[in-house]
Amino acid sequence: MLHTSLLLASTRPAWPDILVFAASAAVILVGAVGVVTSRNPVHAALSLVMTLFGVAVLFIEQEADFLAAVQIIVYAGAIVVLFLFVIMFLGVDRRHAIEVEPLVGQRPLAFVMIGLTLAGVIIMLVSSHFVTGAHQVVGPIEGHITSSPTSPYGEPAQLGKQLFTTYLFAFEATAALLVIAVVGAVVLARRPPVPQDAEGTQDSELPS
Amino acid sequence: VSLSGGWYLGLAAVLFSIGAIGLLVRRNVLIMFMCIELMLNAANLTFVTFARMLNDIGGQVLVFFVLVVAAAEVVVGLGIVVAIFRRRSTTVADDLNALKG
Repeated sequence: MLHTSLLLASTRPAWPDILVFAASAAVILVGAVGVVTSRNPVHAALSLVMTLFGVAVLFIEQEADFLAAVQIIVYAGAIVVLFLFVIMFLGVDRRHAIEVEPLVGQRPLAFVMIGLTLAGVIIMLVSSHFVTGAHQVVGPIEGHITSSPTSPYGEPAQLGKQLFTTYLFAFEATAALLVIAVVGAVVLARRPPVPQDAEGTQDSELPS
Repeated sequence: VSLSGGWYLGLAAVLFSIGAIGLLVRRNVLIMFMCIELMLNAANLTFVTFARMLNDIGGQVLVFFVLVVAAAEVVVGLGIVVAIFRRRSTTVADDLNALKG
């Protein structure tokens, strides 16, 4: 059980897996380039949805079905809709001129530095094996929680079990984080309150 | 499932690089936020790949937390963008130069 995935990874991959990976990789990269290069923010948001779907397919390919569903629901269903809502609300869905370079020589410098970083990461990826001495510090991806064969097993059950036992404190902290984020967003987006005594004079001065 | 993990890690590195280039090059605040989302997704893909390679559910739990933090970050960030747009009527980062000497 422990080395099953490692053994599978070392055997020759089947062609459906290669096909799924190639198609998702193409979708992901086309969407990412679309986010960076599109002039209209709405088009950038739609390209972002494309990338998120590709990542979700790769999650399913890697035994993370629950996370793929959460990825679609939270990212494509909530975050991108929030982006689109703000774009429409502010009315900034017009084209930006991206040909002009605000800082001279910034773009070549950015490409060179990111390219160097990427090359370093790829070299590290090829030359090392990423095997630490501490396999299964939390728990396996699959497997029965209890010995009963009718009990739920698989990745969502394991994820929930670890989330509510090992990472319980962090889970509660995220609850506090979400409440703080909601309160902060409401305070930020609220119009500044008009003082009670100045309200009458302000209304008379305004043209409408 | 049988493709080796190195391919996924390489794809995640390329995705992260595209997001980083976009964050450095673009000036629209909304698109800069989307590039941050690209980089977070690349990190998530790396976490899931390592979870599969090491057969450890901890990587997937971490992806769950990254999703929650990304949602909170986008909510607060877009709230700030709306607040700035009310005062300055712009979403271009170069136009916010009130502290320029």
